Amino acid sequence: MKDTVDHELDIPLTDLIVCPQCDAAYHLQVPEVGEKAVCQRCNTVLIAPRRKAGLQIIALALGIFILLIGATFFPFLDIDAAGNKNSVSIVDAALAFANGPLIMLALVTAALIILIPLARVMLTLYVLVPIVLDMPPARHAMQAFRLSEALRPWSMAEIFVLGCAVALVKVADLATVGFGPAFWMFSALVVLIVAQESFMCKWSVWNSLEHPKKS
Amino acid sequence: MGIVACTRCTKAWPLGTPVCGRCGHKMVSRDFQSLQKVWAFWLVGLMCYIPANIYPMLKTKTLFQVEESTIIGGAVELAQHGAYGVSLIILVASVVIPLAKFWAIAYLAISVKTRLPAGNHSRQLMYEIVEYIGRWSMIDIFVVAILSSLVQLKTLATINPGPASMFFALSVIFTMLSAQAFDSRLIWDHEAKDRGPQQDV
Repeated sequence: MKDTVDHELDIPLTDLIVCPQCDAAYHLQVPEVGEKAVCQRCNTVLIAPRRKAGLQIIALALGIFILLIGATFFPFLDIDAAGNKNSVSIVDAALAFANGPLIMLALVTAALIILIPLARVMLTLYVLVPIVLDMPPARHAMQAFRLSEALRPWSMAEIFVLGCAVALVKVADLATVGFGPAFWMFSALVVLIVAQESFMCKWSVWNSLEHPKKS
Repeated sequence: MGIVACTRCTKAWPLGTPVCGRCGHKMVSRDFQSLQKVWAFWLVGLMCYIPANIYPMLKTKTLFQVEESTIIGGAVELAQHGAYGVSLIILVASVVIPLAKFWAIAYLAISVKTRLPAGNHSRQLMYEIVEYIGRWSMIDIFVVAILSSLVQLKTLATINPGPASMFFALSVIFTMLSAQAFDSRLIWDHEAKDRGPQQDV
Protein backbone atom coordinates (compact mmCIF):
# COMPACT_ATOMS: atom_id res chain seq x y z
CA MET A 1 0.00 0.00 0.00
CA LYS A 2 2.83 2.40 -0.72
CA ASP A 3 1.90 4.13 -3.88
CA THR A 4 -0.59 6.94 -3.67
CA VAL A 5 -2.45 7.16 -6.94
CA ASP A 6 -1.46 10.08 -9.10
CA HIS A 7 -3.81 12.39 -10.79
CA GLU A 8 -4.08 10.93 -14.25
CA LEU A 9 -5.76 7.66 -13.61
CA ASP A 10 -5.32 4.58 -15.73
CA ILE A 11 -6.08 2.00 -13.05
CA PRO A 12 -9.54 0.44 -13.02
CA LEU A 13 -11.64 1.72 -10.12
CA THR A 14 -11.99 -1.80 -8.74
CA ASP A 15 -8.26 -1.73 -7.98
CA LEU A 16 -8.59 1.33 -5.78
CA ILE A 17 -9.18 1.65 -2.09
CA VAL A 18 -9.97 5.04 -0.62
CA CYS A 19 -9.44 5.95 3.02
CA PRO A 20 -12.86 6.68 4.53
CA GLN A 21 -11.37 9.20 6.97
CA CYS A 22 -9.18 11.39 4.76
CA ASP A 23 -10.06 10.41 1.16
CA ALA A 24 -6.53 9.38 0.16
CA ALA A 25 -6.68 6.85 -2.69
CA TYR A 26 -4.41 3.81 -2.91
CA HIS A 27 -3.74 1.03 -5.33
CA LEU A 28 -5.37 -2.00 -3.77
CA GLN A 29 -2.96 -4.65 -2.51
CA VAL A 30 -4.43 -7.13 -0.09
CA PRO A 31 -1.98 -7.65 2.80
CA GLU A 32 -0.97 -11.09 4.01
CA VAL A 33 -2.86 -12.66 6.90
CA GLY A 34 -1.71 -10.99 10.12
CA GLU A 35 -0.46 -7.88 8.33
CA LYS A 36 -2.22 -4.57 8.13
CA ALA A 37 -2.79 -2.04 5.41
CA VAL A 38 -2.70 1.41 6.99
CA CYS A 39 -3.48 4.76 5.41
CA GLN A 40 -0.14 6.57 5.00
CA ARG A 41 -1.69 9.94 5.57
CA CYS A 42 -3.95 9.56 8.61
CA ASN A 43 -3.02 6.11 9.98
CA THR A 44 -6.52 4.66 9.68
CA VAL A 45 -6.37 0.86 9.40
CA LEU A 46 -7.81 -0.02 6.01
CA ILE A 47 -7.44 -3.79 5.77
CA ALA A 48 -6.38 -6.23 8.51
CA PRO A 49 -7.17 -9.83 7.57
CA ARG A 50 -6.91 -12.62 10.16
CA ARG A 51 -6.84 -16.35 9.75
CA LYS A 52 -10.20 -17.98 10.51
CA ALA A 53 -11.56 -14.63 11.66
CA GLY A 54 -15.03 -15.44 10.35
CA LEU A 55 -15.44 -18.53 12.48
CA GLN A 56 -14.04 -16.80 15.57
CA ILE A 57 -16.38 -13.86 15.11
CA ILE A 58 -19.37 -16.16 14.75
CA ALA A 59 -18.39 -18.01 17.93
CA LEU A 60 -17.99 -14.72 19.79
CA ALA A 61 -21.27 -13.41 18.41
CA LEU A 62 -23.12 -16.50 19.63
CA GLY A 63 -21.55 -16.05 23.05
CA ILE A 64 -22.54 -12.38 23.11
CA PHE A 65 -26.09 -13.27 22.09
CA ILE A 66 -26.54 -15.80 24.90
CA LEU A 67 -24.92 -13.59 27.55
CA LEU A 68 -26.99 -10.62 26.45
CA ILE A 69 -30.25 -12.52 26.84
CA GLY A 70 -29.16 -13.86 30.23
CA ALA A 71 -27.84 -10.53 31.45
CA THR A 72 -31.11 -8.85 30.58
CA PHE A 73 -33.29 -10.84 32.92
CA PHE A 74 -31.06 -11.89 35.84
CA PRO A 75 -30.58 -9.32 38.62
CA PHE A 76 -27.29 -7.47 38.30
CA LEU A 77 -27.22 -5.61 41.59
CA ASP A 78 -28.91 -6.27 44.89
CA ILE A 79 -29.21 -3.96 47.82
CA ASP A 80 -29.83 -4.65 51.48
CA ALA A 81 -30.46 -1.83 53.93
CA ALA A 82 -31.79 -2.65 57.40
CA GLY A 83 -33.88 -5.56 56.19
CA ASN A 84 -35.21 -3.81 53.09
CA LYS A 85 -34.05 -5.82 50.12
CA ASN A 86 -34.25 -5.02 46.47
CA SER A 87 -32.64 -6.54 43.43
CA VAL A 88 -32.81 -5.17 39.94
CA SER A 89 -32.26 -6.47 36.46
CA ILE A 90 -31.24 -4.40 33.45
CA VAL A 91 -34.86 -4.25 32.37
CA ASP A 92 -35.70 -2.60 35.70
CA ALA A 93 -32.85 -0.14 35.29
CA ALA A 94 -33.98 0.83 31.82
CA LEU A 95 -37.54 1.21 33.04
CA ALA A 96 -36.46 3.45 35.94
CA PHE A 97 -37.44 6.39 33.77
CA ALA A 98 -40.74 4.85 32.74
CA ASN A 99 -42.87 7.03 35.01
CA GLY A 100 -44.25 10.20 33.54
CA PRO A 101 -42.48 12.37 30.99
CA LEU A 102 -39.19 10.52 31.21
CA ILE A 103 -40.63 7.52 29.33
CA MET A 104 -38.68 8.50 26.21
CA LEU A 105 -35.50 8.27 28.20
CA ALA A 106 -36.48 4.77 29.35
CA LEU A 107 -36.83 3.66 25.75
CA VAL A 108 -33.53 5.26 24.76
CA THR A 109 -31.72 3.65 27.70
CA ALA A 110 -33.16 0.21 26.92
CA ALA A 111 -32.17 0.61 23.28
CA LEU A 112 -28.60 1.68 24.04
CA ILE A 113 -27.79 -1.09 26.49
CA ILE A 114 -29.84 -4.04 25.22
CA LEU A 115 -31.60 -3.61 21.89
CA ILE A 116 -28.79 -2.11 19.81
CA PRO A 117 -26.09 -4.56 20.98
CA LEU A 118 -28.58 -7.36 20.33
CA ALA A 119 -29.42 -6.03 16.87
CA ARG A 120 -25.74 -5.73 15.98
CA VAL A 121 -25.02 -9.32 17.04
CA MET A 122 -27.91 -10.66 14.98
CA LEU A 123 -26.92 -8.60 11.93
CA THR A 124 -23.34 -9.85 12.24
CA LEU A 125 -24.48 -13.46 12.37
CA TYR A 126 -26.85 -12.90 9.45
CA VAL A 127 -24.05 -11.50 7.33
CA LEU A 128 -21.17 -13.78 8.33
CA VAL A 129 -22.69 -17.25 8.64
CA PRO A 130 -23.33 -17.67 4.89
CA ILE A 131 -19.87 -16.28 4.06
CA VAL A 132 -18.07 -18.67 6.38
CA LEU A 133 -20.10 -21.62 5.12
CA ASP A 134 -19.12 -20.64 1.54
CA MET A 135 -22.75 -20.11 0.62
CA PRO A 136 -24.06 -17.17 -1.41
CA PRO A 137 -24.60 -14.11 0.83
CA ALA A 138 -27.96 -13.78 2.53
CA ARG A 139 -30.54 -11.45 1.01
CA HIS A 140 -29.77 -7.78 1.67
CA ALA A 141 -26.61 -8.86 3.50
CA MET A 142 -24.83 -5.67 2.42
CA GLN A 143 -27.56 -3.42 3.77
CA ALA A 144 -27.51 -5.49 6.96
CA PHE A 145 -23.77 -5.02 7.38
CA ARG A 146 -24.02 -1.32 6.64
CA LEU A 147 -26.74 -0.94 9.27
CA SER A 148 -24.61 -2.85 11.76
CA GLU A 149 -21.71 -0.47 11.10
CA ALA A 150 -23.96 2.57 11.43
CA LEU A 151 -25.22 1.33 14.80
CA ARG A 152 -21.71 0.79 16.16
CA PRO A 153 -21.31 4.08 18.09
CA TRP A 154 -24.76 3.65 19.66
CA SER A 155 -24.05 0.30 21.27
CA MET A 156 -23.15 1.21 24.84
CA ALA A 157 -22.93 -2.00 26.85
CA GLU A 158 -19.39 -1.32 28.07
CA ILE A 159 -20.34 2.13 29.33
CA PHE A 160 -23.18 0.60 31.31
CA VAL A 161 -20.75 -1.70 33.14
CA LEU A 162 -18.66 1.24 34.29
CA GLY A 163 -21.89 2.97 35.27
CA CYS A 164 -22.70 0.00 37.50
CA ALA A 165 -19.41 0.39 39.33
CA VAL A 166 -19.97 4.11 39.86
CA ALA A 167 -23.51 3.53 41.14
CA LEU A 168 -22.22 0.90 43.51
CA VAL A 169 -19.80 3.30 45.17
CA LYS A 170 -22.48 5.97 45.34
CA VAL A 171 -24.82 3.88 47.47
CA ALA A 172 -22.13 1.96 49.33
CA ASP A 173 -22.49 4.00 52.50
CA LEU A 174 -26.28 3.93 52.33
CA ALA A 175 -26.67 0.16 52.18
CA THR A 176 -24.94 -3.13 51.49
CA VAL A 177 -24.79 -3.68 47.77
CA GLY A 178 -23.75 -6.82 45.96
CA PHE A 179 -23.21 -7.83 42.35
CA GLY A 180 -25.74 -10.27 40.92
CA PRO A 181 -25.07 -12.88 38.21
CA ALA A 182 -26.01 -10.51 35.41
CA PHE A 183 -23.23 -8.12 36.38
CA TRP A 184 -20.59 -10.78 35.74
CA MET A 185 -22.34 -11.79 32.53
CA PHE A 186 -22.26 -8.18 31.41
CA SER A 187 -18.58 -7.84 32.27
CA ALA A 188 -17.77 -10.95 30.21
CA LEU A 189 -19.97 -9.56 27.46
CA VAL A 190 -17.89 -6.41 27.23
CA VAL A 191 -14.69 -8.44 26.78
CA LEU A 192 -16.33 -10.51 24.04
CA ILE A 193 -17.65 -7.42 22.25
CA VAL A 194 -14.19 -5.81 22.26
CA ALA A 195 -12.63 -9.04 20.96
CA GLN A 196 -15.23 -9.33 18.21
CA GLU A 197 -14.63 -5.74 17.10
CA SER A 198 -10.88 -6.25 16.88
CA PHE A 199 -11.14 -9.51 14.89
CA MET A 200 -13.46 -8.03 12.31
CA CYS A 201 -11.84 -6.75 9.13
CA LYS A 202 -14.57 -4.72 7.48
CA TRP A 203 -12.91 -4.59 4.10
CA SER A 204 -12.66 -8.40 3.97
CA VAL A 205 -16.36 -8.67 4.75
CA TRP A 206 -17.28 -6.19 2.01
CA ASN A 207 -14.99 -7.96 -0.39
CA SER A 208 -16.43 -11.40 0.25
CA LEU A 209 -19.96 -10.03 0.04
CA GLU A 210 -19.11 -8.59 -3.36
CA HIS A 211 -17.26 -11.63 -4.66
CA PRO A 212 -18.89 -14.66 -3.04
CA LYS A 213 -17.05 -17.94 -3.57
CA LYS A 214 -18.82 -20.19 -6.00
CA SER A 215 -19.43 -23.58 -4.49
CA MET B 1 -9.09 12.99 -9.58
CA GLY B 2 -12.55 12.22 -10.87
CA ILE B 3 -13.56 9.62 -8.34
CA VAL B 4 -15.84 9.54 -5.35
CA ALA B 5 -15.41 7.01 -2.57
CA CYS B 6 -17.83 5.33 -0.24
CA THR B 7 -17.02 6.27 3.36
CA ARG B 8 -18.70 3.09 4.60
CA CYS B 9 -16.98 0.41 2.53
CA THR B 10 -14.00 2.29 0.94
CA LYS B 11 -14.94 1.44 -2.66
CA ALA B 12 -14.19 3.98 -5.38
CA TRP B 13 -16.69 5.05 -8.05
CA PRO B 14 -16.70 7.55 -10.93
CA LEU B 15 -17.42 11.10 -9.76
CA GLY B 16 -21.13 11.84 -9.54
CA THR B 17 -22.27 8.35 -8.56
CA PRO B 18 -25.02 9.06 -6.04
CA VAL B 19 -25.22 5.74 -4.16
CA CYS B 20 -22.50 3.16 -3.53
CA GLY B 21 -23.15 0.16 -5.76
CA ARG B 22 -21.63 -2.21 -3.22
CA CYS B 23 -23.21 -1.29 0.08
CA GLY B 24 -25.90 1.22 -0.85
CA HIS B 25 -24.46 4.05 1.23
CA LYS B 26 -25.18 7.57 0.00
CA MET B 27 -22.10 9.17 -1.49
CA VAL B 28 -20.94 12.74 -1.92
CA SER B 29 -17.41 13.71 -2.76
CA ARG B 30 -17.46 16.31 0.00
CA ASP B 31 -20.41 16.93 2.20
CA PHE B 32 -20.52 20.71 2.01
CA GLN B 33 -23.67 20.77 4.07
CA SER B 34 -21.68 18.88 6.67
CA LEU B 35 -20.71 22.04 8.52
CA GLN B 36 -24.28 23.27 8.66
CA LYS B 37 -25.40 20.00 10.19
CA VAL B 38 -22.48 20.03 12.59
CA TRP B 39 -23.37 23.52 13.83
CA ALA B 40 -27.10 22.75 14.05
CA PHE B 41 -26.61 19.64 16.18
CA TRP B 42 -23.86 21.40 18.13
CA LEU B 43 -26.18 24.27 19.06
CA VAL B 44 -29.03 21.97 20.15
CA GLY B 45 -26.55 19.95 22.18
CA LEU B 46 -25.26 23.07 23.89
CA MET B 47 -28.79 24.32 24.55
CA CYS B 48 -29.66 21.01 26.22
CA TYR B 49 -26.48 21.05 28.25
CA ILE B 50 -27.48 24.22 30.12
CA PRO B 51 -30.71 22.91 31.73
CA ALA B 52 -28.89 19.62 32.33
CA ASN B 53 -26.67 21.47 34.77
CA ILE B 54 -29.31 23.74 36.31
CA TYR B 55 -32.04 21.21 37.09
CA PRO B 56 -31.56 18.38 39.59
CA MET B 57 -30.29 15.09 38.26
CA LEU B 58 -31.31 13.00 41.26
CA LYS B 59 -34.03 13.34 43.89
CA THR B 60 -33.03 11.46 47.01
CA LYS B 61 -35.66 10.90 49.70
CA THR B 62 -34.43 9.53 53.00
CA LEU B 63 -36.25 9.20 56.32
CA PHE B 64 -35.66 12.76 57.36
CA GLN B 65 -35.09 14.78 54.28
CA VAL B 66 -35.60 15.25 50.58
CA GLU B 67 -32.50 16.17 48.66
CA GLU B 68 -32.13 17.28 45.08
CA SER B 69 -28.68 17.28 43.58
CA THR B 70 -27.40 18.59 40.29
CA ILE B 71 -24.56 16.94 38.37
CA ILE B 72 -21.83 19.09 39.92
CA GLY B 73 -23.55 19.09 43.34
CA GLY B 74 -23.61 15.29 43.35
CA ALA B 75 -19.94 15.04 42.49
CA VAL B 76 -18.99 17.56 45.20
CA GLU B 77 -21.06 15.60 47.71
CA LEU B 78 -19.26 12.38 46.80
CA ALA B 79 -15.90 14.07 47.25
CA GLN B 80 -16.97 15.26 50.69
CA HIS B 81 -17.76 11.65 51.59
CA GLY B 82 -14.22 10.77 50.62
CA ALA B 83 -14.99 8.97 47.34
CA TYR B 84 -12.56 11.06 45.32
CA GLY B 85 -12.08 8.51 42.55
CA VAL B 86 -15.77 8.23 41.73
CA SER B 87 -16.39 11.94 42.03
CA LEU B 88 -13.53 12.46 39.60
CA ILE B 89 -15.03 9.95 37.11
CA ILE B 90 -18.35 11.78 37.27
CA LEU B 91 -16.79 15.22 36.93
CA VAL B 92 -14.69 14.10 33.98
CA ALA B 93 -17.49 12.20 32.23
CA SER B 94 -20.23 14.77 32.66
CA VAL B 95 -18.46 18.12 32.84
CA VAL B 96 -14.95 17.98 31.40
CA ILE B 97 -15.68 15.68 28.45
CA PRO B 98 -18.86 17.44 27.26
CA LEU B 99 -17.25 20.87 27.48
CA ALA B 100 -14.08 19.67 25.78
CA LYS B 101 -16.24 18.09 23.10
CA PHE B 102 -18.15 21.30 22.41
CA TRP B 103 -14.85 23.12 22.12
CA ALA B 104 -13.21 20.46 19.93
CA ILE B 105 -16.09 20.19 17.46
CA ALA B 106 -16.29 23.97 17.16
CA TYR B 107 -12.54 24.16 16.65
CA LEU B 108 -12.60 21.50 13.92
CA ALA B 109 -15.52 23.12 12.14
CA ILE B 110 -13.88 26.54 12.20
CA SER B 111 -10.49 25.15 11.16
CA VAL B 112 -11.94 23.83 7.91
CA LYS B 113 -12.91 27.35 6.85
CA THR B 114 -10.00 29.35 8.19
CA ARG B 115 -6.49 28.21 8.95
CA LEU B 116 -5.89 27.59 12.62
CA PRO B 117 -2.59 26.59 14.20
CA ALA B 118 -3.15 22.84 14.27
CA GLY B 119 -1.71 20.34 11.81
CA ASN B 120 -3.78 17.85 9.86
CA HIS B 121 -2.63 14.97 11.98
CA SER B 122 -3.49 16.57 15.26
CA ARG B 123 -6.88 17.61 13.90
CA GLN B 124 -7.55 14.09 12.63
CA LEU B 125 -6.51 12.73 16.02
CA MET B 126 -8.78 15.26 17.71
CA TYR B 127 -11.68 14.15 15.54
CA GLU B 128 -11.10 10.50 16.33
CA ILE B 129 -10.88 11.18 20.06
CA VAL B 130 -14.11 13.20 19.96
CA GLU B 131 -15.89 10.44 18.08
CA TYR B 132 -14.61 7.77 20.44
CA ILE B 133 -15.07 9.52 23.73
CA GLY B 134 -18.46 11.15 23.11
CA ARG B 135 -20.37 8.00 24.00
CA TRP B 136 -18.77 7.77 27.43
CA SER B 137 -20.71 10.79 28.66
CA MET B 138 -23.77 8.57 28.76
CA ILE B 139 -22.34 7.02 31.91
CA ASP B 140 -24.10 9.56 34.11
CA ILE B 141 -27.48 8.65 32.62
CA PHE B 142 -26.82 4.97 33.29
CA VAL B 143 -25.80 5.71 36.88
CA VAL B 144 -29.05 7.61 37.39
CA ALA B 145 -31.01 4.72 35.86
CA ILE B 146 -29.28 2.14 38.05
CA LEU B 147 -29.61 4.18 41.23
CA SER B 148 -33.25 5.02 40.75
CA SER B 149 -34.23 1.43 40.05
CA LEU B 150 -32.04 0.01 42.80
CA VAL B 151 -32.71 2.40 45.65
CA GLN B 152 -36.44 1.91 46.10
CA LEU B 153 -36.43 0.96 49.77
CA LYS B 154 -39.94 2.12 50.66
CA THR B 155 -39.75 4.54 53.57
CA LEU B 156 -36.03 4.23 54.21
CA ALA B 157 -34.68 5.77 51.05
CA THR B 158 -35.76 6.28 47.49
CA ILE B 159 -33.95 7.83 44.54
CA ASN B 160 -35.77 9.16 41.51
CA PRO B 161 -34.46 10.73 38.31
CA GLY B 162 -34.77 14.49 37.93
CA PRO B 163 -35.53 16.47 34.78
CA ALA B 164 -31.85 17.14 34.13
CA SER B 165 -31.36 13.48 33.15
CA MET B 166 -33.43 13.92 30.01
CA PHE B 167 -31.64 17.11 28.97
CA PHE B 168 -28.28 15.54 29.63
CA ALA B 169 -29.10 12.47 27.51
CA LEU B 170 -30.32 14.72 24.70
CA SER B 171 -27.18 16.80 24.93
CA VAL B 172 -24.98 13.72 24.62
CA ILE B 173 -27.00 12.36 21.70
CA PHE B 174 -26.93 15.66 19.81
CA THR B 175 -23.20 16.16 20.26
CA MET B 176 -22.65 12.60 19.01
CA LEU B 177 -24.74 13.42 15.94
CA SER B 178 -22.80 16.64 15.51
CA ALA B 179 -19.48 14.79 15.55
CA GLN B 180 -20.79 12.19 13.11
CA ALA B 181 -22.00 14.89 10.72
CA PHE B 182 -18.49 16.31 10.44
CA ASP B 183 -16.85 15.21 7.19
CA SER B 184 -13.28 14.46 8.28
CA ARG B 185 -12.12 14.47 4.65
CA LEU B 186 -12.44 18.27 4.75
CA ILE B 187 -9.45 18.36 7.09
CA TRP B 188 -7.13 17.07 4.38
CA ASP B 189 -8.32 18.99 1.36
CA HIS B 190 -5.96 21.95 1.40
CA GLU B 191 -3.06 19.49 1.25
CA ALA B 192 -4.20 18.05 -2.10
CA LYS B 193 -2.66 19.62 -5.22
CA ASP B 194 -6.00 20.65 -6.63
CA ARG B 195 -7.13 21.76 -3.15
CA GLY B 196 -9.80 19.07 -3.12
CA PRO B 197 -13.20 19.01 -4.77
CA GLN B 198 -14.75 22.43 -5.02
CA GLN B 199 -18.14 23.56 -3.85
CA ASP B 200 -19.85 23.27 -7.22
CA VAL B 201 -18.92 19.62 -7.81
